[in-house]
Amino acid sequence: MHGPSVAGARSGRSRLGVLARWETLLVVAIAGLVVLGTLLSPFFLTPGNFSNLIAALMEVAIMALPMTLIIVAGEIDLSVESMAGLASSLIGFLWAAGVPLTAAIPLVLVVGALGGLLNGLLVARGRLPSLVVTLGTLALFRGLALIVLGPRGVSNFPPEFTALGFGYVPGTLIPWPFVIFLSLALVLGVVLHRTWIGRQTYAIGRNTGAARYSGVRVIRIRTALFVLSGLIAALAGIILTSRLSSARADAGAGMTLTVVTVVLLGGVNIFGGSGTIPGVALAVIAVAVMQNALRLASVTVEVQSIALGLLLILSVVIPNFAHQAKSAIDRVRGGRPPPADSVRRGEATTG
Amino acid sequence: MKLRSAGRTIALATATVMLFAACTGGGATQAPGGSTAASTAPGGSTAAGGSAAAAGPITVGYLPKDIVNQYFAAAKTGIDKGAAETGSKIIQVGPNEPKADLQVPFIKDLTTQKVNAIIISADGKDEVAPDLKAAMAAGIKVVGFDSSPAVGAYNVFVNQVDFSGVGVNLADWACELAPNCTGDIAILSAAATATNQNAWIDLMKTTLAGDKYKGLKLVDTVYGDDKPDVSTTQAQGLLTKYPNLKVIVAPTTVGILAAAQVVSQAGKAASVKVTGLGFPNDMKKFVKDGTSPVFGLWSVPDLGYLSYQVAAKLVSGEITGKEGETFTVKGLNKDQPYTIGKDSIVILGPAFRFDSTNVDQFNF
Amino acid sequence: MSDSGAAVATLSVRSRGQWLAVVARQRELSLVAIMIVLGGLVTLTAPQFLTVSNLSQVAVLAALIAVAAVGEALVVITRNVDLSVEATMGLVAYCVASLLERHALGTTGAIAFGLGLGLVLGMVNGIVVTVFRVPAIVATLGTLSIFRGIDYLVAGSHQVPLASLPDGFTNPARDSVLGIPIFVLVALGIVVIGSAVLRSTRFGRQLYAVGSNPEAAAILGIPSRLVVFTAFSVCGLLAGVAGVLYVMEFGTINGTSATGLVLAVVAAVVVGGVNIFGGSGTLVGAALGALFLGFIANALILVGLSQFWLQAIYGLVILLAVSADAIIVRRIQRATAARRVR
Repeated sequence: MHGPSVAGARSGRSRLGVLARWETLLVVAIAGLVVLGTLLSPFFLTPGNFSNLIAALMEVAIMALPMTLIIVAGEIDLSVESMAGLASSLIGFLWAAGVPLTAAIPLVLVVGALGGLLNGLLVARGRLPSLVVTLGTLALFRGLALIVLGPRGVSNFPPEFTALGFGYVPGTLIPWPFVIFLSLALVLGVVLHRTWIGRQTYAIGRNTGAARYSGVRVIRIRTALFVLSGLIAALAGIILTSRLSSARADAGAGMTLTVVTVVLLGGVNIFGGSGTIPGVALAVIAVAVMQNALRLASVTVEVQSIALGLLLILSVVIPNFAHQAKSAIDRVRGGRPPPADSVRRGEATTG
Repeated sequence: MKLRSAGRTIALATATVMLFAACTGGGATQAPGGSTAASTAPGGSTAAGGSAAAAGPITVGYLPKDIVNQYFAAAKTGIDKGAAETGSKIIQVGPNEPKADLQVPFIKDLTTQKVNAIIISADGKDEVAPDLKAAMAAGIKVVGFDSSPAVGAYNVFVNQVDFSGVGVNLADWACELAPNCTGDIAILSAAATATNQNAWIDLMKTTLAGDKYKGLKLVDTVYGDDKPDVSTTQAQGLLTKYPNLKVIVAPTTVGILAAAQVVSQAGKAASVKVTGLGFPNDMKKFVKDGTSPVFGLWSVPDLGYLSYQVAAKLVSGEITGKEGETFTVKGLNKDQPYTIGKDSIVILGPAFRFDSTNVDQFNF
Repeated sequence: MSDSGAAVATLSVRSRGQWLAVVARQRELSLVAIMIVLGGLVTLTAPQFLTVSNLSQVAVLAALIAVAAVGEALVVITRNVDLSVEATMGLVAYCVASLLERHALGTTGAIAFGLGLGLVLGMVNGIVVTVFRVPAIVATLGTLSIFRGIDYLVAGSHQVPLASLPDGFTNPARDSVLGIPIFVLVALGIVVIGSAVLRSTRFGRQLYAVGSNPEAAAILGIPSRLVVFTAFSVCGLLAGVAGVLYVMEFGTINGTSATGLVLAVVAAVVVGGVNIFGGSGTLVGAALGALFLGFIANALILVGLSQFWLQAIYGLVILLAVSADAIIVRRIQRATAARRVR
């Protein structure tokens, strides 16, 4: 068997090769969607519309960044939407109880990190499947949110707070959440693509056993990824609360689907081991453009929901086919057997 | 390879920033700057009420709490009737569930589409306020109805009924249905954040504090989210949890029907009564079988019709929403003028009581 | 290698199976024991718990979830998951209600249509997972969105009122035979038939084999993809049954009906001892899990805790059950490994 670093470099290059093409596909898709949008509605190219377009998806986009790392590492975190809801209800509860926001916000972020720690410990140390663990915390965090705030909403937030989610960088139409998203994308992009943490994350995703034998601290990194995811989900919940100027226990419901869709659409392999942050950033824009164009064209929410579900499935099906086609072409061309690690992990299990 | 992907991100970020920077005309507000292809809005949307143009056809966005609730379908018949009279266009949009955060994107889109007016029943009064204010700043008239947005986020709020009137009515009906005006009562409401239901419930509680009602004890308030299955489960829960329950008060057409069905099917109509706000067509059989001898409502289609008329008058400049202004709508209020009250509220009229003597006469 | 390998594979499968059967029985018994203890405690504070009307109410609602949970259990046994069951239920419920409202097909016809629709939706899931090789979590997350979207599209803003349904259609939700609610009988029937199939047919054995050890199953020549496809299809069919039951129970149906149920179904399965790693668990367990959760929900209400604790309890229950399952699986692996060494 090839050592992980050698295989990593070789298939890493070929994977980036495929992905480089995937990102181009995304750019083309975005261009196409923009054209479609302009055709569908005369309001599409108005500057105000671009703001709407971006603002509505920013919480999802922010959560998609740590989700990328988690999926690259071969796990998944379904509980992000509920942590966002818990953050929202906590902020509302604390604010209504008179706690100043300067104290409440860091507290909520800490809670987010703790929730992520719970996920991380159960998955990394307990070696439980992340799918079910985060399904459980999806319910647990939402339940905690409901216990904290009940059915009520808190909405008398000060304008300084709502400016975060609803306002713009002074003098422009760029929403603050977009700035947060870009900064986070840059940071995590550097981490994933340039640092040893990122390399080890890929290694864990490609072959956990080999990574462990190579000295990668699998447990530590996995736990850290979940902590990050929880923390960022809490941040997203705070931004959502600010944007809507309303704290609700059911905030963020349904976001997990969109987050996972965006990540997979960005070219990240659901089985782990490959994917890039720029790809996910492009996917965010593609989905935002698509949703906005559809809404302006008065396409109903139901059709949009169908489109999103289809997009999610296609984002896995298409790379599958592309990969099989590529292997077939390689085989025909070079008479070389396909590289051993090009067989998708987990194919045998689902059948 | 890595340089390429990093480079792509930077290029992307730069392009986006440049795109936004280029669009900074108009400063910090969200008003869509004078953009080119946009002037397809019929009737000229930006008139702030100065020109008293005749009421020509306009485009109105209708944004109910959710598009599944039959109450809003009934209101729409009135809105459509008003629109037909002037050839106006009604665009109905809205979420499938009565959640405020789901309503917000629709407000934004209606604003971008530059409709003349928005008629909205708010799922949450504060959540929708920022975007409604932005719409008003863009010259769109905002008419709240049924469930009010926050004060300042609408030009006029058409209240279907005087809040305190309904609060007293609900307490009175509960008193009437409980034996000797004594016993446990419970409330089955809609969504926990609904402005109107919460206002009615608050006033009902204030009324219940009075002497006449001291035998009544409000044991619980549960929320059915205006969903038939959730309301059914909540009603069942009430029956199970409070064996001495005498009256269920449901100030929501979805809730009262669910509660009446539950009580009737459980065979408990003799000991537990249901009252609140309901459609006569839904409740006729429950009046007859004794589950719901008394309940109330108002003409929901008329509510829609009035809302449309108010929107049209705001757009044409006939009214501006200031307290004290009056206007008349033919066919409503016996052709007497309506007066705009405090907080720019217009009231449709008093609630109407249905019971076995009159429920058959109505068909909605 | 093949002969001895197959023999080893069968040996470890069987001894593991024996272990798991014992554990499953323990799980079912513990659930029943906890329910009895809990029931006793609750009755002390709220005597109306022990009334016939309350218990049948609990049983009826639990039966509805149990039917869907049985289908879900089949899928989980093969090491997959189906998150789209609530959307299937909602779509079937609306279509059946709508057909009945229009007197289009007659009662039996409408029900048959509903079951057929459930089956088709399950088959769609099966195809996406087995033919297109999309992992079940992604596939069913996608179909959850798609099926619910179709439900909203078909329903629009329409709501089928109870009054439009044929007379007596909603009676099965409230009637009993010999004191047992009809819904419970339906659920029991499904559990009995399903368990018989799993225990005595080749398909049943293949189902467990595919879930517990896919590589060995492949070596043994089991058509895993067909097995998984069938599991998803039956899950869809049973979700369709649950959808029909839903109409009978609630009467008024619109596009939002049956939202929020997927966690209840998955929690029921997991609590009922169907191991999330696949390859073990019983349908009886899944049904008991549904009953157990219904019990807890009812106890919560009666004891005075608000309904808002329910979600948190579902979550805790899933986490506890998964942890317990993992511990069990590891103990068994250690035990069978030791046995093989000997």
